[in-house]
Amino acid sequence: MTTINVIMALTVGTLFAAGFYLLLQRSLMRVLLGVVVLGHGTNLLLQIAAGPPGAPPVLGTGIVGAITDPLPQALALTAVVITFALTTFLLALGYRSFVLVGHDEVQDDVEDRRIATQRMPSASLDEDHDHADRDRPSDDDGTDDDEADDDLETAAR
Amino acid sequence: MNPAVDTSPYAWLLALPVLLPILGAAVTVIGSRSPTLQRVVGIVVLLAVSAIAGVLLVVSDGSGPVVASLGGWAAPVGIALVADRLSALLLLVSTLVTLAVLVYAIDQRIADYGRGTASTTFHPMYLMLSAGVSLAYLVGDLFSLFVAFEVMLTASYVLITRRTSAKKIRAGMTYVTVSLLSSLLFLTAIALVYAATGTVNLADLAGRVELLPPGLATVLGLMLLLVFGIKAAMVPLHFWLPDSYPNAPGPVAALFAGLLTKVGFYAMLRTQTLLFPREEPWALLLVIATATMLIGALGALAQNDMNRLLSFLLVSHIGFMLFGLAVFDAAGVSGAALYAAHHITVLATLFLVSGLITRRTGTVLLDEMGGLLRTAPWLAALYAVPALTLAGVPPTAGFVAKLALLQAGAAAGLWPTVVAGVVVVASLLTLYALARVWVRVFWGEPKAALPDDDPDDEVLVGTSRTPTPMFAATAGLVVVSLAIAAFAGPLTSVTGRAGVDLLDREPYIAAVLGAER
Repeated sequence: MTTINVIMALTVGTLFAAGFYLLLQRSLMRVLLGVVVLGHGTNLLLQIAAGPPGAPPVLGTGIVGAITDPLPQALALTAVVITFALTTFLLALGYRSFVLVGHDEVQDDVEDRRIATQRMPSASLDEDHDHADRDRPSDDDGTDDDEADDDLETAAR
Repeated sequence: MNPAVDTSPYAWLLALPVLLPILGAAVTVIGSRSPTLQRVVGIVVLLAVSAIAGVLLVVSDGSGPVVASLGGWAAPVGIALVADRLSALLLLVSTLVTLAVLVYAIDQRIADYGRGTASTTFHPMYLMLSAGVSLAYLVGDLFSLFVAFEVMLTASYVLITRRTSAKKIRAGMTYVTVSLLSSLLFLTAIALVYAATGTVNLADLAGRVELLPPGLATVLGLMLLLVFGIKAAMVPLHFWLPDSYPNAPGPVAALFAGLLTKVGFYAMLRTQTLLFPREEPWALLLVIATATMLIGALGALAQNDMNRLLSFLLVSHIGFMLFGLAVFDAAGVSGAALYAAHHITVLATLFLVSGLITRRTGTVLLDEMGGLLRTAPWLAALYAVPALTLAGVPPTAGFVAKLALLQAGAAAGLWPTVVAGVVVVASLLTLYALARVWVRVFWGEPKAALPDDDPDDEVLVGTSRTPTPMFAATAGLVVVSLAIAAFAGPLTSVTGRAGVDLLDREPYIAAVLGAER
């Protein structure tokens, strides 16, 4: 059982808190930063799992019995590579979203919006059925980006 | 250090299900100029892996788990690959499904774009996904399980987001972000497990977790449940699934629905039985299983999009497997294993059939379809068999698996019996949802096919015809699920023995750690 010092614990805790906070944001760029910060916190935690820092992890370079457990360092190395690769992928995806949509906000769920529109009493009851699709109620739930409306149109069709 | 002692003569086979697809993926990257080469390599590799999985199943059933120590370092220092009955069975079924879906995808491409067009990303990523799935089934330590998940998920990220339109990129983002978050939580859990026990080898952990304070062991168990719960889409962590899967191209959705959630469930089954054994049913998981079954089935009833409906049914049926695990006796766990094996084939088949239907009608919306029974009677047969299997109508494979779960629940006490009743209710709801699809799609007046609303994307729809090879690939999967019903006897006895082994833990631990203990 390994114990860690308070400062490291606080660092990891702060990184986790900041990472989760950023993940909850609406902008994809901040979500990406959240993944980066959270990934950093996780890798640091993996590293700390080895025990107190300072001693060399390589057999034969230090006093026998005073070497640090090398396994978490190997694990952290693998994890860092994976986190890095996925961050790059997410960055590419965010850029693609920016190119296609014109902004990098996480959009509303199409299905949620469809159901929310259906619930509105004025949606279909007092309208001609032939025009129900085109004459959707114009009041929406706060977002007014065109893309989401296009999506909604497709979903409703 | 002590050199590895691989006693089984079949140990060398264990690396191949991972190695062959990775090498195959490399070949398909290098040979991306030749579509024929890519296709042949993909099919040959998956055929070989299926054959190896078959051998591993026979061997592990006959003479206990097969273990290979990578690099000559014996566990717990080195990385061990382990094939016991459960992993070999799921590997075999998964690879067969992967193969059928690949044939379907290739045929779809040939039918749409002709023989000469190559895809530079699809084949390599498809094989990498297969490698990741194989590794996840075979690997014997937590960290390599993480790596396996990453290999599998990274390939799936590419498959789900390639050639996306603006409409689909949102779904892709949800999927990638949620999966990434669950991976980071998994890594956190591994770090905590390592800090507490000093090992990540599953067999070694089995002994050491028992020595931990009960509170700490519970926290670690719950963290692993949470992580695999996200990956397996158990309620309330399922929200990403019905959002992202329906937006993937047909074959990709079929592959994901068949494999990815089941790999998550397999990891849950493996870790919970091996590391956190229980004497009696697990109340928390019973509640979660009930919620998963009901919310999934009720969600399916509200859908008008066929793929979303199937996705909700997928969530619902994850609950059935969770129920088997929650009962936590040999009968329950083996029922869950049997259910997972049959579910891999049946869900993939339904998504493929949905792809065929969409191809004919040009839409996924149930309201816009009708009368396919007259225009495409064979498609109706292809839909009916997996639908009845999923609903668990006798004498299909679904019935056999569900009966195993019900018997396990009824024998385990009051609350498991109550939840077994929920299983019946959820099955009826499934049948209702699938019958609703049947009425809307196959009965009534035939409607004209809608034109393809997005001609630029990969999937060509509204063609009013079904290419024979695509049909044959789907029919092949239907045959596999019928075969599961036909061989229910031997299969049930294999999963029965697998369940006993899972709870006994001793064969697995002894095979991995060998004489060191």
